[in-house]
Amino acid sequence: MNKLEFSSLYQLTMVRFKLFLREPEAIFWIFIFPILLAIGLGIAFRNRPADVLQVGATTAQLTQALAADKGLTAATIDEQAGTHALATGSILVLVIQRPDSVAYKYDDTNPDARTARLLVDRAIQTAAGRKQAVASENELVHETGARYIDFVVPGLLGMNLMGSAMWGLGFSIVEARQKKLLKRLVASPMPRWQYLMSFLLSRLAMLFVEVVVFLAFTRVVFGVPFRGSLPALGLLCLLTSLAFSGLGLLTASRARTTEAVSGLMNLVMLPMWILSGIFFSATRFPALVQPIVRALPLTAAIDAMRGNMLQGLNLGQQLVQVGILVAWFVIPFAISLRIFRWR
Amino acid sequence: MWRRHPPQVARCAEYSTIPNSKCDTLGAMINEQEKDAPELSLRLHGVRKAFVDVQAVDGLDLEVARGECFGLLGPNGAGKTTTIEICEGLTTPDEGTVELLGLNWRTSAGELRQRIGIQLQETQFPDKLTVEETLRLFRSFFKHGLSVNESIVTAQLEEKRKSRVGGLSGGQKQRLAMACALVGDPALLFLDEPTTGLDPQARRHLWDLVDGLKQAGRTIILTTHYMEEAERLCDRVAIMDHGKVIALGTPQQLIATVGGEDIVEFAVGSDGTGAGHAPVDGSLLTAIPGVQSHRVDAGLHQLSVSELHLVVPRIFTALTAQGLHLSEFRTHSATLEDVFVRLTGRNLRDE
Repeated sequence: MNKLEFSSLYQLTMVRFKLFLREPEAIFWIFIFPILLAIGLGIAFRNRPADVLQVGATTAQLTQALAADKGLTAATIDEQAGTHALATGSILVLVIQRPDSVAYKYDDTNPDARTARLLVDRAIQTAAGRKQAVASENELVHETGARYIDFVVPGLLGMNLMGSAMWGLGFSIVEARQKKLLKRLVASPMPRWQYLMSFLLSRLAMLFVEVVVFLAFTRVVFGVPFRGSLPALGLLCLLTSLAFSGLGLLTASRARTTEAVSGLMNLVMLPMWILSGIFFSATRFPALVQPIVRALPLTAAIDAMRGNMLQGLNLGQQLVQVGILVAWFVIPFAISLRIFRWR
Repeated sequence: MWRRHPPQVARCAEYSTIPNSKCDTLGAMINEQEKDAPELSLRLHGVRKAFVDVQAVDGLDLEVARGECFGLLGPNGAGKTTTIEICEGLTTPDEGTVELLGLNWRTSAGELRQRIGIQLQETQFPDKLTVEETLRLFRSFFKHGLSVNESIVTAQLEEKRKSRVGGLSGGQKQRLAMACALVGDPALLFLDEPTTGLDPQARRHLWDLVDGLKQAGRTIILTTHYMEEAERLCDRVAIMDHGKVIALGTPQQLIATVGGEDIVEFAVGSDGTGAGHAPVDGSLLTAIPGVQSHRVDAGLHQLSVSELHLVVPRIFTALTAQGLHLSEFRTHSATLEDVFVRLTGRNLRDE
């Protein structure tokens, strides 16, 4: 302990910790916010039991035929009231008895209404005596890993690692520069590499907490699968954080004011928020821009983490993504060491 | 010519065997390493530095002896900060040699950083660290130095030890900056405008602190644009203007160059007839025995005089004889401000 007390690298790293922990807003954004986001998305996109669809019919006989299908609830309703119910969305299909036929009134742009229309038709035809041409039965599957929450958790993890590394490095460094603290530090015998290293070390320790808390939460609450090896996932998180630390350092290497660096940081992160497939698959972008999309560090990070968690890929199958992440750490870091403004 | 007079403290260090109470304190504080140190703590020769739009330092020669408290005095923009940052190795001069403790920045930067203490203008330490944590951080950069506790005591921040920097007053923040400069037990201490922006009470408190460091035999180089500060703290002062040293010596020597010990200032007003007043005849004033010089600045006449008590009645007589009516009259002891005014025709704080 006594020896650590006099180690400048230890002191610098401890200072980073203390400054972080004494900033309640930062704790919210890094630890609480991603969990709230996961809860919100988990609720919005939760897999419900197959819905029972509301329909209406103009005669009691039709209503009885419809009620025989478990996927439907039917009510008897006259045509005028039924049309109104359709317009307000309280029923999806209105079945109208015509002299020698039935008519289905529904909105064919609404997928639920189209499903209801099929069920309604099947129920009425069956009640009228139609036989199945081919015998069939259903086998139901509820696969974890194919749900939206499973898809979005690696995306949120990547986004969170990006935000915390970029802001954690970039903002603190520029703040120290703006307040002339950086100049004061280089006027002391402090080894400059230790200053930058202290950011990486404190980042790594916080990364551990950040990742474990978030993933444990999604595992317990949503049962998000971990099909790949956990050490490999840990390594991917580490690489992701290092890549964004390099990028954060580069973003902060010249800026003189926190306002300037905030703008730069958003400029750097915005394309990745949109393009890197946090909330939807990055393959939706045109083939022309795919090479750019693939080369972004966040795309590589999220792809690799999805591959690990959802498909159980090992690192050997993800060398491209790993290579992209390493490059995004090494190149910006090397550039920023050369152009870094120490005063 | 002033450089031929070695400063008091330096002489004391030179013959440190002389049993002298001041030298005892000095000897006690300076460790083994320092005893072999060269007599000159700082030597600048022919130093120049130009920025895009201004020649900030224009051919500077300075020598500071060990144990001396040396002041760079001048208005804002005179080149004081550039000079001190060149000494601190934060700015590279375009030309000239810079030697500290017999070493230069090119070959011995690592050792120099260990042996000097620096207080910069306007450093803001992180608000959310405590005084103690900040000092512990700075202490960790130095191989040898004071304990964190000693530096807190020296800077008189004992009561604020556990307080966060954000809650400190301006004076306390300056004392913390001073403690950070001292924590490596430096052989040479640089203070850049240590009291700028402080209220008078905090300023006096800081002066006492610097006094204490002087008594302990530390070599201190400070910049200031307050002449009282330079007069009060410095063994020797270099007055700077436009990147050059325009005067160098002890405050007493510099004040003596004004030619008198006191300054008389007066203004003449209308005599009430509405006819204005006759111009003051300067030659009649300088003819008065004891009046050394006369100048006029915005209607205010300044005379430097010796033997004030004898001269003042003569001035009254001379003015009355010219039929002039006094609207203002005051006297003060000559200060470094008067030296600056005599040398440049401007006031220190005109900028």
